[in-house]
Amino acid sequence: MIDTSTGPNALELHHLSVAYRVGRRNRAVLRDLSLTIRAGEAYGLVGESGCGKSTVALSVVRYLPRNGVITAGEISLAGHDVMKLDHEALRRMRAESVSMVYQDPGKALNPSIRIGRQLTEIFELRGISGQAAVDRAISMLNRVRISDPVRVMQRYPHQLSGGMQQRVGIAMALANDPTMLILDEPTTGLDATVEAEVLDLIAKLRQELSASILFISHNLAVVSRMCDRVGVLYAGMLVEEGPTEEVFNNPRHPYTVALLRCLPRGGQRKDQIRLDTIPGFLPSPGAQISGCPFADRCALADSRCHNELPLLHDLGGRLSRCHYHERAQDLPRTTPGHIAAAHVAAAPQPVLRIEGLNKTYAAHGHALRAVNDVSLDLMPGQTLGLVGESGSGKTTFARLLLGLVPADGGGTMELDGKTLASKLESRSAEQVKAMQIVFQNPDSALNRSHSIRHIMGRALRTLAGLRGAAQQKRLVELVRSVRLTERHLSVKPRQLSGGLKQRVAIARAFAGDPRIVVCDEPTSALDVSVQAAILNLLADLQTKERVSYIFISHDLAVVRYLSDQIAVLYLGRIMEIGPSERVFSGPHHPYTEALLSAVPKLDETEPSRVRLDGEIPSAINPPSGCVFHTRCPRKIGAICEEQEPPLFESEPGHKIRCHIPFEELARLQRKTDHINEVTA
Amino acid sequence: MTAIDVKQPELPAANANRSPVTEVLISLSRSGSFLTGLVILLFWIVCALFGEHFTPYDPLADDIINALMPPSADNWFGTDQLGRDVFSRVIVGSRDILTVAPLATLLATVAGTTLGLFTGYFRGLVDDIISRILEAFMAIPVVIVALLAIVALGTSKSTVIIVIGLSFAPIIARTVRSAVLSERELDYVAAAQLRRESALHTMFVEILPNVIPPILVETTVRLGYAIFAVATLSFMGFGIQPPSPDWGLSISSNYGMIGGGFWWTVLFDALAIASLVIGVNLVADGVQGALND
Amino acid sequence: MPGNVGRAILGPLADQRAVDVLNHSLGLDRPLLVQYWDWISHFVQGDMGTSYIFRAPVAPFVIDALGNSMKLALVAFVMVVPLGILGGIIAALNVNRPIDRIISLGGLSATVLPEFVTGIIFILIFGVWLNWLPIAAVWPEGAGFFTQIYYLILPALPLFLVLFGYIARMARSGMIEALDADYTRTAVLKGLPWRTVIWRHVLRNALLPTITVIATQTGYLIGGLVVVETLFRYQGIGSLIFTAARGKDFPILEAGILTIGIVYSVATLVADLLYSVLNPRIRLGTDQ
Repeated sequence: MIDTSTGPNALELHHLSVAYRVGRRNRAVLRDLSLTIRAGEAYGLVGESGCGKSTVALSVVRYLPRNGVITAGEISLAGHDVMKLDHEALRRMRAESVSMVYQDPGKALNPSIRIGRQLTEIFELRGISGQAAVDRAISMLNRVRISDPVRVMQRYPHQLSGGMQQRVGIAMALANDPTMLILDEPTTGLDATVEAEVLDLIAKLRQELSASILFISHNLAVVSRMCDRVGVLYAGMLVEEGPTEEVFNNPRHPYTVALLRCLPRGGQRKDQIRLDTIPGFLPSPGAQISGCPFADRCALADSRCHNELPLLHDLGGRLSRCHYHERAQDLPRTTPGHIAAAHVAAAPQPVLRIEGLNKTYAAHGHALRAVNDVSLDLMPGQTLGLVGESGSGKTTFARLLLGLVPADGGGTMELDGKTLASKLESRSAEQVKAMQIVFQNPDSALNRSHSIRHIMGRALRTLAGLRGAAQQKRLVELVRSVRLTERHLSVKPRQLSGGLKQRVAIARAFAGDPRIVVCDEPTSALDVSVQAAILNLLADLQTKERVSYIFISHDLAVVRYLSDQIAVLYLGRIMEIGPSERVFSGPHHPYTEALLSAVPKLDETEPSRVRLDGEIPSAINPPSGCVFHTRCPRKIGAICEEQEPPLFESEPGHKIRCHIPFEELARLQRKTDHINEVTA
Repeated sequence: MTAIDVKQPELPAANANRSPVTEVLISLSRSGSFLTGLVILLFWIVCALFGEHFTPYDPLADDIINALMPPSADNWFGTDQLGRDVFSRVIVGSRDILTVAPLATLLATVAGTTLGLFTGYFRGLVDDIISRILEAFMAIPVVIVALLAIVALGTSKSTVIIVIGLSFAPIIARTVRSAVLSERELDYVAAAQLRRESALHTMFVEILPNVIPPILVETTVRLGYAIFAVATLSFMGFGIQPPSPDWGLSISSNYGMIGGGFWWTVLFDALAIASLVIGVNLVADGVQGALND
Repeated sequence: MPGNVGRAILGPLADQRAVDVLNHSLGLDRPLLVQYWDWISHFVQGDMGTSYIFRAPVAPFVIDALGNSMKLALVAFVMVVPLGILGGIIAALNVNRPIDRIISLGGLSATVLPEFVTGIIFILIFGVWLNWLPIAAVWPEGAGFFTQIYYLILPALPLFLVLFGYIARMARSGMIEALDADYTRTAVLKGLPWRTVIWRHVLRNALLPTITVIATQTGYLIGGLVVVETLFRYQGIGSLIFTAARGKDFPILEAGILTIGIVYSVATLVADLLYSVLNPRIRLGTDQ
């Protein structure tokens, strides 16, 4: 797809350095960054948060924050020096040749202007006005596969779903037929099935259009799917660059090597392998870097690495900023890969038994059934993974279990054979400490006014009833069990990195020797290198403490790594539940199938085939019959619209809520079942 | 070059070890408006505390023969209609306002914070009812409330303190409430509930420390308005009572003669009030800037 | 009964019997609740009762005073709304530059200066020393529109100052928020001219909250009117209430305060309506 014909490159950055002025100091964000995007090429820029990805995009269009300054270097867009443009020329460049699609489409659209107007004004810039502009806008919306463009034109942004908003955002970006299209995390924050649709759309549009693409993402799999070449950014420096497939399959920089090892993939499971991690931390913005920026975290580093900044070595069509690039893949693991097989002895009794749990909220005068007739068992020492998109009720379900919100009458919950009251106040002290939670965002979960010592001490006092010396002793044990040290006790949460904060939150959840810990997206706010360490920690604690997890995540690979059982939720209902490997290997519910194929995977050989259309329906007014029928690619007929299928046990322990018989599902899915070549 | 051991996570070097309080203090010490305001405020506090030691005349002593004298070497700011030295009166004139206004602000802050914490934390019907009442209360201008209260209760410093304190409490309560409402959504509150902490513990130990910054800002801003209100009430005859050399009161008793050209009997008091109010306001601006960084 | 009305009217030297007779004739020796019910039931029928002091029906006093106050408030509003918004916009477009600091700090200081303080200073400057404007807002009988305005400029200035700070600050922070918003970035990166970005994309979103603030300032304005009308000897609702409070003329006091409450409610209602008309998110609900 690379257009190797002559003509200027779409984008060239030469030795670009950008700094943000904080206080009285310039903090370097991009350091001596050079890259080239050829005409028609899709170039992916990956890196963890804070590495300067978005700064690249904003520099290209010269829209840095007020305190951002380009301290050195050149930016050349289709042969024109962007830095030398005056106001008018810059405006014309933005109007005519470069466009951007943003991460948060809801905020990127003007809330008080109709969609139509926001589109037509782009055409007006080029002298097309009135009905002609409206027609162009409609055809633009058609192009991004919006089925009812005339109606959408009349809408305000808040009346559209996230996926629709992003389509509009893409339509706006393409309206001026740009030569350079910058996509800055365009699908981050969208649900998996919606993300898949948007990525498909971008891939299709790429074939229709001539634009070169700069695709910025933290998600390696997304970039690997969308891009011809990829650059890996670390601490504002390009550390590796090359054709996507080569970089991801045969990385030549230790950072890339380590990053790829952090991701659970190919069906890895907690009892098979420990994930590798990257020790240490990203250099902070503005830090003085004398040698290789990655040296402090690299097991291959020697004194040369610490003192001498490696050049970008040309390895023939690809680059690596490592002195020892030829040995990059010899990077030793930070954590031993194999683990002692701690087989969980079959326990006869479930620790948690839930029967017919419901929760109804009142929303704007309507009843919103957030959780609908959920029943399940959780075995001691096992993990139940909860999977579903927004509105599936997984977080509500967690809150019901914990008693943070009371359930509707009728259902029953039992903990260790004893009835668990729906309200927290009515539970026994024993039951309260038996169930704790690790929240998604540790910044929110830890009180920022309190020291770590106070936070943990309070939990030990209220949950474990410990005071004085006994409390201190247990405190130190607890802190060590999450691999923190006593030094961390005296600081406040803001002085810790995200990963360390999450360790504190985990330690707190374990203060009262819980039987069950709910993990509500515990790693989704963290970078992949940190995520791996947290997942390892959770797995270790489970083996040691025989605790059960209810693990909520939108990341299927993560869920798969940690879970023994999986429940797939859609609009508050369990659509499928069963042993993790059975659910993943199939045959599975058509929704599970769609979810699995929606997720871009690094080791994907061919694009997945199952795609969902349309929006996730509102839980206020769920579809009749099977709630999934409006989007189901395998719908068989009227029965799906009229009758809600029962949750039928198709094989021991594996239940599916579908009218299609199990054997038929198996037959249908055998063809598309390419995604489960378990490599472990 | 050998495999490194499983490392203990380090404290990241990026985060300075300065506490937030230190950072705020440093930021304040760099704020021009804060320092200017502080100097003005300290000047009037010193005058209120020790003013009588360096005034040239007794601020309360009548001298009818020398009434309404324009500014001169003897009486720098002239004399008022009873012949009292205006300069001496301006110097000590901050005494009452600097007791009444801070006490009123303190009352407002304590009452408002408590109300705000309870309404924000418990939400629901109680919150709705209290909030409606507070809104209705805020709709009535302070001057009118004071007017009514003073008609009902009579004039005294404590009446003024209570009236202004209670009039401002809903405003502080509103600020605290909205801060508490957003804090309440944070997971540390849910975590406290999962430890079955009492509501009082959650409100005062968990939430309160995190809403201190907005309370501090609102309090300094309110102090400015309290001075505004006390001065205005004194001017209207409902606040500080004669024979206090209070600025507002002095203006009240002298402004009738303004058409006669006796400008010095009111101008210096007016400028004194202006400087005090602006000084407090500059402090508030500095505090706000430092806490919002 | 707070305070003794008869005593307040007749003065401290009057004979106690005279005070009692007056109180009886005013109906003030009846139980408080009875008096209140009597008054409120008349009020809803449009009868505001009879003033103790003026011995005349209350309604004409209140209506006249309200009319006068509205004139003064209008003069202040007409001056302050455009200038305050403009000041806020200019400050926001020059964030942290000297012009912004001057407008922000100046506006903030103006807001906390009591009206009688600025009033006194303005009277001295424009009324006494320069002799440009009349120091009392008492115009000659039968004065025309422009003469009335001429008399109202000086009293309106203190109100202007207090409101200017509020409005400019709101407009400024609304503008800054809108300028920093993602949708503004989108508009700029579409290549729209700066002028179009500001007019079409920024201003409307930026000024929405300011509109609400302007209306809620009605409450403040009435408080300010009490002071300003007293200082400038203007026959408005503020000075009427002030006089009534001093003389313990409860019918006027009650009628005056109830009138203020009605004015305030109407202003708030108008603001809410205006806000929802301008904000599509409220106008159309959030259904999809």
